[in-house]
Amino acid sequence: MLARRNVLQSGLSLGALTLLTGCDLSDHDNVQRLLARFSEWNDMVQAFLLGGPRLAPTFPEAMAVKDFRYNAWYGPEKAPHLDPTDYRLMLAGRIDDKRPWTVAELYALPQVSQVTRHVCVEGWSMIGKRSGTPLRTFLEQIGADSTARYVRFECADGYYEGIDMPTALHPQTLMAFRLSDEILPAEYGDPFKLRIPTKPGFKNPKFVIAIYITNHQPRGYWTDRGYNWFSGF
Amino acid sequence: MPIRRRHLFRVLPMLALAAAPARAREGGLVVICDTTLAPAMRKVGAAFKANSGVPVFVFTTGPPPTLPQLLRDIDVEFALARHGDPCIATATAIAWHLAVMWLLAVSYILFLLLGALSGHFWRDFLPRCPRSIARDFIGALRFRLEHRLGEYNAVQKAACRGVLAAVAVMIVSGIAIWKPVQTYPFERLLAGFQGARLAHFIGMTGIVLFLIVYVAFSLLVARTLDAMVLGRAVAQQDTR
Repeated sequence: MLARRNVLQSGLSLGALTLLTGCDLSDHDNVQRLLARFSEWNDMVQAFLLGGPRLAPTFPEAMAVKDFRYNAWYGPEKAPHLDPTDYRLMLAGRIDDKRPWTVAELYALPQVSQVTRHVCVEGWSMIGKRSGTPLRTFLEQIGADSTARYVRFECADGYYEGIDMPTALHPQTLMAFRLSDEILPAEYGDPFKLRIPTKPGFKNPKFVIAIYITNHQPRGYWTDRGYNWFSGF
Repeated sequence: MPIRRRHLFRVLPMLALAAAPARAREGGLVVICDTTLAPAMRKVGAAFKANSGVPVFVFTTGPPPTLPQLLRDIDVEFALARHGDPCIATATAIAWHLAVMWLLAVSYILFLLLGALSGHFWRDFLPRCPRSIARDFIGALRFRLEHRLGEYNAVQKAACRGVLAAVAVMIVSGIAIWKPVQTYPFERLLAGFQGARLAHFIGMTGIVLFLIVYVAFSLLVARTLDAMVLGRAVAQQDTR
């Protein structure tokens, strides 16, 4: 039979365990390397096991949130305001026609709308309506080498991000000019935000000012800070 | 890299935990506390041993956190700030999460396979009637429960089946959250993306509660730690 006294005694040991708050394994270099190794392993598993051209779920338009959440590592007041008359989208790398694009030229491209879910690694998600040109259409227009492995994006706010070519050619990957049928508000990435419903929010760069087609795996602002590179859904 | 005091504080608790099963084999209690509390704990331990004959082993670890420090650590914002940028803390947390999930999944599958093949499940986990669960549950609450090493009472059986189901829910909902496009049917099974998140949270809460209760009870009968770690009872004796 168990004595009540023992419970109190053991309770002390359990209580003492909670004193080990100073342990912080994550700061250790080897631990960081191990985590990076697992991240690479997860990239492999994702690419080989799950990497199909599957479409992200779409939702009825009534489910789209009108007042979409603003999110960045800086406040909306610090967001760059790009003048649409000065703006030029620069192109580089394995592209036939590297002529810069103006906002008016971008808007003249064929456009589609989609109601998809934006999922953030911070733990929130939101369904929104985005309209714009499939990146695939644009890449075909400029004669981008679709056998290259990666597409890299440079942004006006200092952000940088890159995706694999299959994701760039995915039919739902959009150069989104509109949110909820309105031209993107300045802090939401005007003139365009790359919208990839098969990737988390941080893989959706806004204020894009340059596109590179490359065979070198591009770095990403948040993947440099510990997030998984592929991060496919 | 020079060994600093704070590194020792990280290693010592781990050594103490590693030594715990060996100490428990001798039928003792293991207490881990900070250096300033240790003399008092040793005195309590000596008194306990004189009373019950059960030795108490005291292991020491780093300096005790003050009450304000403890309170600040409960503050999530502060704990995140301690790691610098909260977004980087999130990245580290997710990296851990996506690494140890393999540990959970692989050990779970191995456990299921071994349990099914060895007969452990059929022998030890098969249900008894609900009345026996209620009876053993009340018995456990009143600390009047027979404990025979290697034998599961009705509450334990129900708890083990429950935690096995909880891990299954964790894996299914985890896949639904990790790859919501590729595994959309999983999500619909769990009533949507938020439903999957909720199931994941509830499943983990269940596992943590199970662990707390299980470890607390196994500490009461120190010998069971041996059987839990080694998978077999070392010596069949009266275990109080």
